[in-house]
Amino acid sequence: MTMIGWLQIGLLFACVVAAAKPLGVYMARVFSGEKTFLQPVLRPLETAFYKLSGVDPGKEQNWLAYAMAMLIFSLFGFLSLYAILRLQAVLPWNPQGFDNVPPDLAFNTAISFLTNTNWQSYVGETTMSNFTQMAGLAVHNFLSAATGIALAIAVTRAFVRSSAATLGNFWVDMTRATLYILLPLSIIVALAFVATGMPQTLLGSVDVTTLEGAKQTIAMGPMASQEAIKQLGTNGGGFLNANAAHPFENPNAVSNFLSIFSMLVISAALPITFGRMVGRDRQGWALLAGMGILLIAGVAIVYGSEAGGNPLLTALGVDPSGGNMEGKEVRFGMAMSSLFVAITTGLSCGAVNAMHDSLMPLGGLVPMFLIQLGEVLPGGVGSGLYGMIVFAILAVFIAGLMVGRTPEFLGKKIEVREMKLAMLAVLILPLVILGFSAVAAVLPSALASLANNGPHGLSEILYAYSSATGNNGSAFAGLSANTPWYNTTLGISMALGRFAYVVPVMAIAGSLAAKKKTAESAGTFPTTTPLFVGLLVGIILIVGGLQFFPALALGPIVEHFTLLAGKTF
Amino acid sequence: MVQHFRPAFMMLLLFTLLTGLAYPFAILGVSQALLPFQANGSLIVQKNGPVASAIIGQNFTGAGYFHGRPSATSAPDPADATKTVDAPYNAANSSGSNLGPTSQKLIDRVKADMEAARAAGLSGSVPADALTTSASGLDPHISPAFALLQAAAVAKERKLPEERVRQLVQDNVEGRLLGILGEPRVNVVRLNLALDALSPAAAP
Repeated sequence: MTMIGWLQIGLLFACVVAAAKPLGVYMARVFSGEKTFLQPVLRPLETAFYKLSGVDPGKEQNWLAYAMAMLIFSLFGFLSLYAILRLQAVLPWNPQGFDNVPPDLAFNTAISFLTNTNWQSYVGETTMSNFTQMAGLAVHNFLSAATGIALAIAVTRAFVRSSAATLGNFWVDMTRATLYILLPLSIIVALAFVATGMPQTLLGSVDVTTLEGAKQTIAMGPMASQEAIKQLGTNGGGFLNANAAHPFENPNAVSNFLSIFSMLVISAALPITFGRMVGRDRQGWALLAGMGILLIAGVAIVYGSEAGGNPLLTALGVDPSGGNMEGKEVRFGMAMSSLFVAITTGLSCGAVNAMHDSLMPLGGLVPMFLIQLGEVLPGGVGSGLYGMIVFAILAVFIAGLMVGRTPEFLGKKIEVREMKLAMLAVLILPLVILGFSAVAAVLPSALASLANNGPHGLSEILYAYSSATGNNGSAFAGLSANTPWYNTTLGISMALGRFAYVVPVMAIAGSLAAKKKTAESAGTFPTTTPLFVGLLVGIILIVGGLQFFPALALGPIVEHFTLLAGKTF
Repeated sequence: MVQHFRPAFMMLLLFTLLTGLAYPFAILGVSQALLPFQANGSLIVQKNGPVASAIIGQNFTGAGYFHGRPSATSAPDPADATKTVDAPYNAANSSGSNLGPTSQKLIDRVKADMEAARAAGLSGSVPADALTTSASGLDPHISPAFALLQAAAVAKERKLPEERVRQLVQDNVEGRLLGILGEPRVNVVRLNLALDALSPAAAP
């Protein structure tokens, strides 16, 4: 680790925190229907969308109708994306003449993009046409992110309102999230990305004659527009196979900085939006602090383990001062690669600028564990906030148990129904991740996909199901996931990780909204203090640790010790 | 439930038109007009057409050129489409090695490359980027240390004074932005183009 490395990391966090406040306040205004500076331009478009879709923006929905609207929207999105993938060969802008996407891969990819996961079992530059990338995949980068934000806002309203039956209108929240937040930011970021060297062209590829006279075919495409929303929407699905490690998807240190900033900024701003909407800014900062502490700890562990290099290679005469460069790019170096690793998994982004499969054992443990903690550090756009609120409910419940009082959060009593639903949501993750991993670890056809042997092989499986269920999308990419088994089971994992989680959360929101907001008393456990933040962090770590430590012990942890003992596989 | 069908269908359609077509084409139009070099892949064009993208690495094999990092990219086997063959710096199929830190394959590969480097007269510890594959397989850069390590051999092959070649490397080191962001690095394609400009006669 170097000073200059930490300086880069510190600069990034400083920029994000500085931007979180204004963006968070702006988003609170957007979703409260207040005037914003973009309204003169966007209001007519917004109204037209409602009119054409038959949506009455004044009509609110209860939690069930809100959730149903979201589910049906997602189902339609799945069907249309599946159709585009299956019919790719006859659709326009297919300069390389790519074939239709096979059924199992299309199933996996369609679920992947509409759940904001962007797991990719395919190689972008040899599978997807420009039309599929733009009108298929990138559309869902917007809509799945907007859906996540809408859900988070609906959950937020449960704490704003007292004895209320409704949580807002899904169509309105989703439309506003896209028009007022994601689209304007994407336009700015996309143009900045082009300036750093990211291509934006309809050409599929260009042939060059190299300096030594060989032919090199270079994949191209409309990348910048897709990269911008891929990061801002914490989607993470790259245009090209190497994702943000590819020089076209991330040409230099500036694009890398902007990529990390973009993926982090909305998720960091949403707690501020939450605090502003519930009328207590400090609550937003307390949630953000809880997220930040664990995230920075994750960054430090990855950076520490990667910067030391691989002792097995040092023994062969490789200079360890360069760090573990296998699967990393020179232009990012150790600090900005390690930062990317932790942030892309603390978020549910899943873009990568280094190959996670080649991380050191502890460097690879961190991203896997950050996903398994429930994608709340600070999590995907929207999904991170509502995930964190579930943990906050758990934290006040446990605090309530310890002092023998009825737990409340922001004036809402947390009772049996909410706790049951919260536990249901929390248990989805281990059930799906560990269940499918256990089956895959003994199934010969699943084991045939592994690229690495020994404990690292188990890590590949565990990482895949964690990433899918946590809707992250990054991978220990040696795993050949484009098989019927992985495409199907990972597809199911992604759907469960998104929808089986969010429906109980919406039920909690509905139940809390219906309750009267009680006034704070001397006996209320304050939820904006360092004590609460510490408790929250502790709960996240304990829940995640209890669920996943045994599996992690058999994967990255045992690999760490075998590596120290000099054993290879 | 049915009341959600119309909004779901129409919203999907409208947002596909807006974010799937209008948005990328607007970015396309603006960037092609204002930033055509970057938007078209930063191609370096010489008299016989494009020779490189300035930001995509190439597979240099000749002794008269600086070499980039090892690359793990592959291509379909022309003899059997279900298999792949090694194809370093295949910019149509980016990929890392995905070998884990305890992989025997990784150790064997580094050992073999190290032996080759030792046979070529390299001594001491070797910079990490010289023996590891990049994440994309297309890394255009190497560390200044790795470039300087190659300077003597390149100078000999090109019949140039070694000091002149070392100076060329130093001139091509790209620093950190504002002294903070990024890592010091050398773009191998640009360095080799500069080398060709210096001694075109020696170009293989």
